[in-house]
Order: sequence, then C-alpha cells, then structure tokens
Amino acid sequence: MAYDKFTILRDTAVPLPTENVDTDQIIPARFLKATEREGFGDNLFRDWRYDVEGNPKKDFVLNDPTYSGKILVAGKNFGSGSSREHAVWALYDYGFRCVVSSFFADIFKNNCLNIGVLPVTVSPEFADKLFNAIEGDPKTEIEINLPEQKIKLLATGESESFDINEYKKANMQNGFDDIDYLLNMSSEIEAFEASK
Amino acid sequence: MEKTTLFDKIWDSHVVKSVPAGPDVFFIDKHFIHEVTSPVAFLNLEKRGIGVKYPHRTIATPDHNVPTIDQDQTIKDKLSRMQVERLRQNCAKYGIELHDLGSAHHGIVHVIGPELGVTQPGMTIVCGDSHTSTHGAFGAIAFGIGTSEVEMVLATQCIMQSKPKKMRISVEGELGKGVTSKDIILYIISKISAAGATGYFVEYAGSAIRNLSMEARMTICNMSIEMGARGGLIAPDETTFAFLKGKQYAPKGEDWDKAVAYWKTLKTDDGAVFDKELHFDAADIEPMITYGTNPGMGIKVKDSIPTTDGMEGSNKKSYLKSLDYMGFLPGEPVKGKQVDYVFVGSCTNGRIEDIRAVAQFVKGKKKADNITAWIVPGSREVEKLAHEEGLVKILEEAGFELRQPGCSACLAMNDDKIPAGKYAVSTSNRNFEGRQGPGARTMLASPLTVAAVAVTGRITDPREVFEN
Repeated sequence: MAYDKFTILRDTAVPLPTENVDTDQIIPARFLKATEREGFGDNLFRDWRYDVEGNPKKDFVLNDPTYSGKILVAGKNFGSGSSREHAVWALYDYGFRCVVSSFFADIFKNNCLNIGVLPVTVSPEFADKLFNAIEGDPKTEIEINLPEQKIKLLATGESESFDINEYKKANMQNGFDDIDYLLNMSSEIEAFEASK
Repeated sequence: MEKTTLFDKIWDSHVVKSVPAGPDVFFIDKHFIHEVTSPVAFLNLEKRGIGVKYPHRTIATPDHNVPTIDQDQTIKDKLSRMQVERLRQNCAKYGIELHDLGSAHHGIVHVIGPELGVTQPGMTIVCGDSHTSTHGAFGAIAFGIGTSEVEMVLATQCIMQSKPKKMRISVEGELGKGVTSKDIILYIISKISAAGATGYFVEYAGSAIRNLSMEARMTICNMSIEMGARGGLIAPDETTFAFLKGKQYAPKGEDWDKAVAYWKTLKTDDGAVFDKELHFDAADIEPMITYGTNPGMGIKVKDSIPTTDGMEGSNKKSYLKSLDYMGFLPGEPVKGKQVDYVFVGSCTNGRIEDIRAVAQFVKGKKKADNITAWIVPGSREVEKLAHEEGLVKILEEAGFELRQPGCSACLAMNDDKIPAGKYAVSTSNRNFEGRQGPGARTMLASPLTVAAVAVTGRITDPREVFEN
C-alpha cells in the first residue's frame, strides 16, 4: 500500500553492529499470528530486547536511551533468512525509515523497498565510520539524501554514494508502490497470460 | 545462437516487459499461499477494491502455525485459528483451491506442490515463504516473496523483479556411505557462508546431483536461501519425469508427451556463461552438523568447532555471541555432546524418503532415554505412506512420537517448541537463535545423523553406529 514519501532524512541513528541478523531475530515467528499489518513494532527484536518475563534487557541497544532516531545502522548480512515482510513492518512500526548496512539479504531488501523503508548499502569502511561516529557521539546526525543518492555524516562531512535503481527511487520519492504500476499495464499482462 | 543457461531460458520467457533502468515485470505461473503471509495481502486487495485476477493459478494450504495433534478439532490457539479461518474465508471468497487441515493433500506447501504435480519444469513459482526455492528441484524458477508481492501476484499475476546474477555449483563424484543430500548442501553453505550466494540464482549440476532422487534434490534446492541465494534449480531429467508422471496435475496423454519434449529442452547450453562457478568433490563431503546460529556455521560431525584465529572486530564478537548462545567453546569437538530433542520433519526433510531412512536405521533399536524424538510428516500423503509401509510402527517401537503434518518445530509457531537451553538435532533448515522456541539450541543435520543421535543420545557420526 502507499507509504510516506522519502526524499531527505536527517536524524540520529541506532547502531546494531551484530552480523548476520536474521528476520527471526527482527521478529520471532511466534509473533506473526496477526491478520493485519499494524502493531509489530512492540515485538521488534523481541528476544534480544526483553527477557522471558518481559523485562527490558539493559544491554540491548533499543533499551539504551542514549541512542535513538529513524535510522538503523546494522551489521553485515542484515535481514537474512525468512521472507517475512513482518520484519520490515516491525522496523517501520517502531519508527525506522532507513536501514544502513554493508550487506543486505535479497528478499529483505526487496521487502524494504516495497513498503517504504530505504535500504542503504555502504562500503564496509563507511559502515565502520558510521559505527565509530555514533558510538563516539550518539547525538551525531546522519543525512540520507535519496535524490542525490548520498549518505553523509553531518559532523565531519564525510559521505558516500549509494545505489538504487531509477524505478524504485522514483517509487520511494513519490510514495508509489508496484501494484499501481502493474495495474496500469493489465492489458499487456492479460495478453501474456493468454499466450501461456 | 547465443548460449544461455537454464535459468535464462525460463526467466526470459516470463518477462512481460523490462522497465528501463528498473526491474522486469515478471509473470508467475503458479502461486502458493499459506495462512501467515497472505492475510494482509488479501486485506489490501479489499482496501484497493480489487480482486484476485487468476484464482486458478494460486493454491493454498495452512501449514506454518497449525497444531500437529488433534487436527480434526478446532484449533485451540486463538490467533492461529483466526489466521487459518481467514485463509479459508479468502479462498472461498475468491475461488482459490484450498488443501485444508485433514484433507487428503494437506501438508507443508513445499511438500504438497510437488506431490500434486503442480510443480513442473519450466515454471515460475512464488510463495510468501523463503523455502519456495524447494520447487527448483524440478527445473523451475521458484523463490520466496514478501507479502506486498503476494498481493501483486493475487492482483496481477506479476511481480517486479530485477534479474539476479547466475551461479553454477557443480558437485562431481560419488557420495560416501552415510552421506546424504542434506550433507551436500550443509557442506556447500559451510564453505561459502550464509551470505555466499546473495544476489545470485544457483544452478546445481554435476554427477553427484544428477544421481540424486527428486526428494534429495528438493532438500538441496530448499536450502539455497540459507546461503543467501534467491533460489536454486536443477535441470529436469528422466528422474524428474518419472516422479511427475501420473501425478494429479501432471499433463496426461498427448499433453504429457508434448510437455516432456519441452522439458527436455530445459538445460544450460554448453558454453553458456555464469557470473560465478564453484566446484566441489563429492568425496570430500561427510556427515555434517551445525554448531552455531546460522546455517553457514557447519562442520563435519567428526571435526571441532573452529577457533577464533584470524577473526577480529564485529566478526569475532558475532561469532562468540553465537557460540555463547549455543553453550559451546571455540576449538572443542561436537561429537559426544549430549542432546535433548531430535526433530525429523519440515520442508527440507519431511518427505517419505527421509522417514524411510530414519525408520530403516532405527529398526529394532530404541531411542536413548534422554531424547525426546518427534517425527512430523511433511504431508498427509507422506503420513499415509509411512503407515502403509510399516514405518510408523518401527518408529513408534523405537520411541519416536509421530505427529500430524505441518511446519511444526522447524519454526515453533505452534506448540512444538524446544525448551530454552535444550539442544535439538533437527532435519530442518535454520539454526537461528530462538528458531525452535525462545532459547532453544538447534543443530542442523541429515535424517541419518538425526537417527544416530536419537539412538545414542549424543552427537554421533551415523557411520559409526550403523556400520553394518
């Protein structure tokens, strides 16, 4: 469904340098039993965030008031495993609008683009710079400029370009989704289907 | 003429249109849905005021959250029941074929598709489940999608996809005794890591692959996603055709002959170029097991857990975090470690051949006292065959508990959970933290290794127990 337009986001960030964070960690399977899209943010990173009694675990970054913001800077191979879009719904519902990593799993990245969370792939070196900057000063701001495809550390001015295909970029900037596009070409699809 | 790969042939013939500087409008022949990733897609169709464009191209079954006991009764868990009921309502409303709980072909979606003959060579197949890659064993392009894409397929029978890069993984030679297709794929993933094929679609080739049964091929393709690949496929051959012949939805009569003639064209041309090629020797592969919290963390059962030599920074931290979760130390052997549960089932290894293998190995033996042993058939059809072939009797005499079909303890959405801190050796596909229940410690292995562990109660190389 349509989502908020994304152009330039300037905000503080939450660091999560752990590698290979799979979608079972982002939202465990037992919380997938909903028939609607809302409310998954409460269980985002559930088993890392809360103990079995439901008390917040002090050592997990989302429970550390030092860090906040709409940007999640994550370790390598983020979003691997299950195709559950619920993982992105949970990130979105919690308030994240952008995830930065040096490496994303494919399906997760697609799911992000489909619901308006921008996945930004940076070099491992730039990812390290981001982690160091955020951990050095949790109030440091990062700018994600989608039109220019640039991510910038505002304090130092260091920046890097990121890739996104033109079609998805336009969708993100306008808040469009793929179904709008597909429905507009239904006669071509009908002809194709008839030939199968 | 241009030399093309099997993947190119199928992909290119399903592109309705290529968007300039964007993805392809990609046509989907068959779409599977289940109760967990479809309800929001249907809800969004309603919000948009549109329906299902080609209902006959979608097939449904509830599998992820369903209980594996008392399936003839109302589901006790309220949320699970609501999801399954919503699936029933949506299928009834839009005229979608549903293989419901208790029906002859109920089961895990990736088990029933091939069983019904819905899955066929040359097709494009998607489902809101990453293990859709299973169907690639038939020479189909099959992959998992998110719920937004489920909605696209329901509404238009297309999704927007950029064509992945191509990788060929060849395994040549003969497999040793006690080595299965599960060991092949765990071995490959351990060599290239859980992200080693991200961005690629894989073709599996070589004599060791060609010599496998369809069930064994499905196990390999199933776990393609565990090395990050979108999917994996194997060129169809006589083994494929023999499996499909006579299946409910397989072509019949003249249509069969025509289909086989087409299916025989589905192979990679000699000289076609892949973006990446990997070669493995079947003789190097031995029974495998995972020791960590992603499927790339696998070793031979006889080997020790890798040390942290050469690791640094977040890589080392993540590694130690993983071992800490598992209660293991770098450098120690896994063999001999005590286990609490074994699980035989899932879309990876819940087929009749897997149950036969376990039954054959535990026949006349008893499970160890410290082991709780669950065996969960992938479908009603598998369950029926297991009864008819006397496998259930053998397994029950050995102390295994047979449950009803479903995803079960693979992802613990139902009551089949491994308790916190306990060790499970499992034929499933993911050893992520909490995958089989909060705090559960999962070690992935083949059905043979699981059978050996069930009998000894400890991590065991199956070749040592069942030498004869």
